[in-house]
Amino acid sequence: MSAVIELIDVRKSYGSQEVLKGVNLSIDEGKTTVIVGGSGQGKSQIIKHSLGLISPDSGQVKVFGQDINNISKKDLRKIRMEFGVLFQNSALFDSMTVYDNVALPLRERTKFPESKIKGIVEERLELMDVVGSNDKYPAQISGGMKKRVGLARALVLDPKIIFFDEPTTGLDVAKSNEIYRAFFRTQAQLKYTAVIVSHDVPKIFKLADYVALLYNGVMQSCITPEEFQLSDDPAVKEFVEKTMGSLYSSEVEEII
Amino acid sequence: MTNLFGKLGAAALYQFDQIGRMGVFLVLVVVNIFKPPYKLAPILKQIYIIGSKSLFVIVFTGAFTGMVLALQGYHTLSKVGVEGILGSFVSLGIIRELGPVLAALMVTGRAGSAICAEIGIMRISEQIDALECMAIDPHKFVIAPKFVAGIISMPLLTAIYDVVGIFCGYLVGVKMLGGNEGSFWSSMYSNVGMEDIQMGLLKPLCFGLLIIWISSAKGFYVHMTKGGGFGAEGVSNVTTSAVVLSSVSILVFNYLVTSFLL
Ligand SMILES: Nc1ncnc2c1ncn2[C@@H]1O[C@H](COP(=O)(O)OP(=O)(O)OP(=O)(O)O)[C@@H](O)[C@H]1O
Ligand SMILES: [Mg+2]
Repeated sequence: MSAVIELIDVRKSYGSQEVLKGVNLSIDEGKTTVIVGGSGQGKSQIIKHSLGLISPDSGQVKVFGQDINNISKKDLRKIRMEFGVLFQNSALFDSMTVYDNVALPLRERTKFPESKIKGIVEERLELMDVVGSNDKYPAQISGGMKKRVGLARALVLDPKIIFFDEPTTGLDVAKSNEIYRAFFRTQAQLKYTAVIVSHDVPKIFKLADYVALLYNGVMQSCITPEEFQLSDDPAVKEFVEKTMGSLYSSEVEEII
Repeated sequence: MTNLFGKLGAAALYQFDQIGRMGVFLVLVVVNIFKPPYKLAPILKQIYIIGSKSLFVIVFTGAFTGMVLALQGYHTLSKVGVEGILGSFVSLGIIRELGPVLAALMVTGRAGSAICAEIGIMRISEQIDALECMAIDPHKFVIAPKFVAGIISMPLLTAIYDVVGIFCGYLVGVKMLGGNEGSFWSSMYSNVGMEDIQMGLLKPLCFGLLIIWISSAKGFYVHMTKGGGFGAEGVSNVTTSAVVLSSVSILVFNYLVTSFLL
């Protein structure tokens, strides 16, 4: 299996804060890689580096074998044609309606007639369970709905690689399960490569082919979920214990 | 001492950096204007926002400029007994200088600030990044229609400003102060030449470009602006500086064009 995205010794500092201290990560084609790690560890930074929105202080980011910080804008655009991206804050276009947000990639990137676009948009919105809000603006829908509209927008062009930064944060359990099922279905169908940042451990492991833990500015591991849960690596072990261990430490607490 | 030089150098470098960025921005936008596909709807929308919505304020300021020019001109000219040339005084003043400059300043305040804030907010809320990740060039999608609309709207607004200004000058100079109607118009016909009209249209063309360029570039690079604050404060600061820089450039540019073409 070949790697579609490779981060090679990526370093990034902001002022005196070293956020990424030599990150190595390779994302296999057609697989789902889940990036986990504590808040503020730099997961979103890794996504933004992979998208070419931020360039590293040193190190390389390769997508489809090309160093995206050393290619022309045109080539970068060509690569980005294959991307479907959900930002952590959804980044919907706030002066466009929900419908127009999802239709935008189709309108700008394809020559489909408006009638065909309408069909696709409505199908995708329905898949994400957003119905009856087509004419609302992002400011008029709930946070969870924004996420789902963002997902619909990211998936509307059937991308080859998807980057989802916390796709289910802010959704209720039923909705997030529904989203996971939708991922599962669409990935089985479209065979895309997925990079997902999530705090939804352990549920997200069901979806993951590989789990990568970002801790202390480096990737601690990139292994299968089963290996991850049984790993002896101290950082991984600590993460697993903290996130998946019992919530209450003593019986007394548990009763309360 | 070396510290001072260091700081001066850093400040100078930052300024050059900023100028370079704005230059590249202009080139990218102009290239994108000529790149297909051409879409009319976004341009029309921007003409509505930049042009039509500025109409009221343009008519209003045009009227008062013409009126005060006629009032002041009549009193000054009648002291030396040449109030007959009031028509050419008012129309030349408006067509060559006041129309283009004041109309541009009004559009800066109305549309320039709005454009800068809009683009700045798109930047800080990652909407520009989102566009780039969709392989949609924000220069083409967001900025280019505004440029075209600005370049089309500004001369039209100025023409309206001129007409309203001259007509209101006529109302004050002739109907109110009792100047001679025939000499008002004939002095205008004989003194306003084609080159005045050309200058009166060339200037707004440049000003339109200048306003939209400065406003959109400032908003577009709000995240790279040093010492401008973050978030809402950053956008507000950058909007202020866009309006100030646009206004100052309009005045300086106006002087330069006039001194070249006079
Ligand atoms: N533009 C910036 N300037 C300064 N520091 C930054 C900047 N962007 C990110 N950081 C820092 O980088 C670190 C990692 O941020 P990042 O957003 O990647 O975290 P994260 O792992 O995605 O966290 P979360 O799970 O809460 O989303 C944070 O400590 C943040 O303060
Ligand atoms: Mg994050």
